[in-house]
Amino acid sequence: MASNPFAHVVSKFSGPPSASDYAVDKALRIIVQGAAAVILLLVAYIVFELGRQAFPAMLSFGPGFLVGTEWNVQQGVFGILPEIWGTLYSSLLALFIGGIFGVAIAIFLTQDFLDHRLSNVFRTIVEMLAAIPSVVYGLWGIYVLIPLIRPGAEWLHDTFGWFPLFGTDLSGPGMAPAALVLAVMILPTVAAISVDAFRRVPYKVKEAAYGMGTTRWEAILKVMLPTASSGILAALVLGFGRALGETMALAMLIGNSNQISLSLFAPANTLASLLASSFPEAGPVEVQALMFAALALLAITLIVNVLGLWVMKAATRKFEGKA
Amino acid sequence: MALASFTRRTLAACGLSVTLSALAFAPLASAQQTQLNGSGASFPFPLYAKWAKDFSKQNKGIQVQYQAVGSGAGIRAFIAETVDFAASDAAMNDEEIAKVPTEKGVVLLPMTAGEVVLSYNLPGNPELKLPRDVLIDIFSGKLTTWQDERIQQANPEVKFPDDDITVVRRSDSSGTTYVFTGHLAAVSDDFAKDVGHGKSVNWPKSFVGAPKNDGVAAMIKQTPGAIGYIEYGYAEATGQPMAILQNKAGKFVKPGEASGQAALASAEFPSGDLPGYAGTPDLRVWVSDPAGEEAYPIATFTWMLMYQQQDEEKAKVLRDFIEYGLNEGQKDAPKLGYIPLPENVKAKVEDALKLVGGSK
Repeated sequence: MASNPFAHVVSKFSGPPSASDYAVDKALRIIVQGAAAVILLLVAYIVFELGRQAFPAMLSFGPGFLVGTEWNVQQGVFGILPEIWGTLYSSLLALFIGGIFGVAIAIFLTQDFLDHRLSNVFRTIVEMLAAIPSVVYGLWGIYVLIPLIRPGAEWLHDTFGWFPLFGTDLSGPGMAPAALVLAVMILPTVAAISVDAFRRVPYKVKEAAYGMGTTRWEAILKVMLPTASSGILAALVLGFGRALGETMALAMLIGNSNQISLSLFAPANTLASLLASSFPEAGPVEVQALMFAALALLAITLIVNVLGLWVMKAATRKFEGKA
Repeated sequence: MALASFTRRTLAACGLSVTLSALAFAPLASAQQTQLNGSGASFPFPLYAKWAKDFSKQNKGIQVQYQAVGSGAGIRAFIAETVDFAASDAAMNDEEIAKVPTEKGVVLLPMTAGEVVLSYNLPGNPELKLPRDVLIDIFSGKLTTWQDERIQQANPEVKFPDDDITVVRRSDSSGTTYVFTGHLAAVSDDFAKDVGHGKSVNWPKSFVGAPKNDGVAAMIKQTPGAIGYIEYGYAEATGQPMAILQNKAGKFVKPGEASGQAALASAEFPSGDLPGYAGTPDLRVWVSDPAGEEAYPIATFTWMLMYQQQDEEKAKVLRDFIEYGLNEGQKDAPKLGYIPLPENVKAKVEDALKLVGGSK
């Protein structure tokens, strides 16, 4: 601290910034910029490293890897179409279920259905779902959820077996339990961010809607929801990304069978689950193939995020009148 | 300058905490410690972990760590020289042995043995006998219902449910799968051709995969009409029913310590040396289909991997650790569901152990 001749008249809270303030400012800026740069470099390095290790596999399998349906280590035949299918199918199902529930919860917590203090308590409870380890979700799926949905699944299959979604019998693990657990896992993400999106909408907007003579539900569905739509879409994109990468719970629940089936009750497989299951014991050739699969998963996540941003932009333009 | 003083305080606090933590860790750094790090197969993990704990407790200043990362990862770590020893259920194949840096060298020591059992979920938990052809057909996906007449013939007193058989397999590649498919492939050429023999194989698509032994065990427990393969120690610990299998002699045998030892007693070790290492005995042996009357058909050794050339001080500690495992440690085996090494095998390991540290 430089000694200040006016120290006795300058209050503690005002006055020109001192040299140390400048130094602190500068240091903070360098730290923050450094942190941002490190993250970018890290992502770039991960992509580079994956690419380097997957390169031999890319050369030997080529694009056929993405449409092949066999994963046979003995014969060195690798293809990940069933895993790509399972990844997208399970995540979309989870997004559909978790999205509806998440947005519904957000509406319930923010649109004066509840006392303000109570709604904060509820919100905390929903967010606590995010703190449960995925192994616990997997076990919960095996011990609670599967026995719970088995009778219903059997009835659906017996009654509507001709319908592709119910085309097989549920033996245990499969698409349905995996997607349901996944839906619960992305619920806190979707709900928390949607709540923030609703809270960001100025109260005046709702008052104006009431002033125009809307009913409560009209105000929520026709005014609040579109106004908060960009935030809600962001929540859905994040939730989707979370679902794509979930590993442990899915490895325990999806059945890890390399087949492509529309049926909700058939076992399937996902990319993340394939990586987790095969990596520990993989030989050199399989490691290359797994790296290729990891790269595919990264690409899918990236495409989903870009598409999500694009949809969000379009929605913002349409509903919120912002460019 | 609230900000500045705040920052100063924070920095001072950081400085203090750094000093404190340095003080806290100082004794750890200064004490004379020999650390042995091993990693590999998950199948013998409970036993090796117990050995490591007890051995470290008996010898002050020695810390043995064993991490269950899987046989394949253990072999990789061994080749990359990031561990002091490794463990693998599938030993090492010639290709992998050739990859070990020659200035280090390798010796493979069978340390314990185990069995793979068939666990199932049927109403009333009846005893289940599985003839050889039935076992093969179930795991090739050819036999799909419990009310098949061959199953009924082998178990006349059991009332089977009108369920499809749900076959549960390991979704991760594992030494357990290697041993199990090794037996099936030895019995049936068709199985060897269609499904194969390995740490992960080309199972029929209708099978359900679950990760690790506990995953398969949980899945069987939760799925009516399920059958799957798990390690004996695991089935024993969780109290799951185990099928009675038909061996080469045609006898139906229960899994257990005695039937496992009978299977291992028939093991014939190769007479040659480890490829590339003259004078190093080749202790890689599989009993994929033991011939004895009393023998349980699916049993196996599991190996530890050691470097031959290394720092004498560390090598001595390693040798002591293995000695402990071979003598004291074998007493822990039956309690945890492993089969103690037969005497003749133990003698072979004792002999090969002299190579660790290259003092033969």
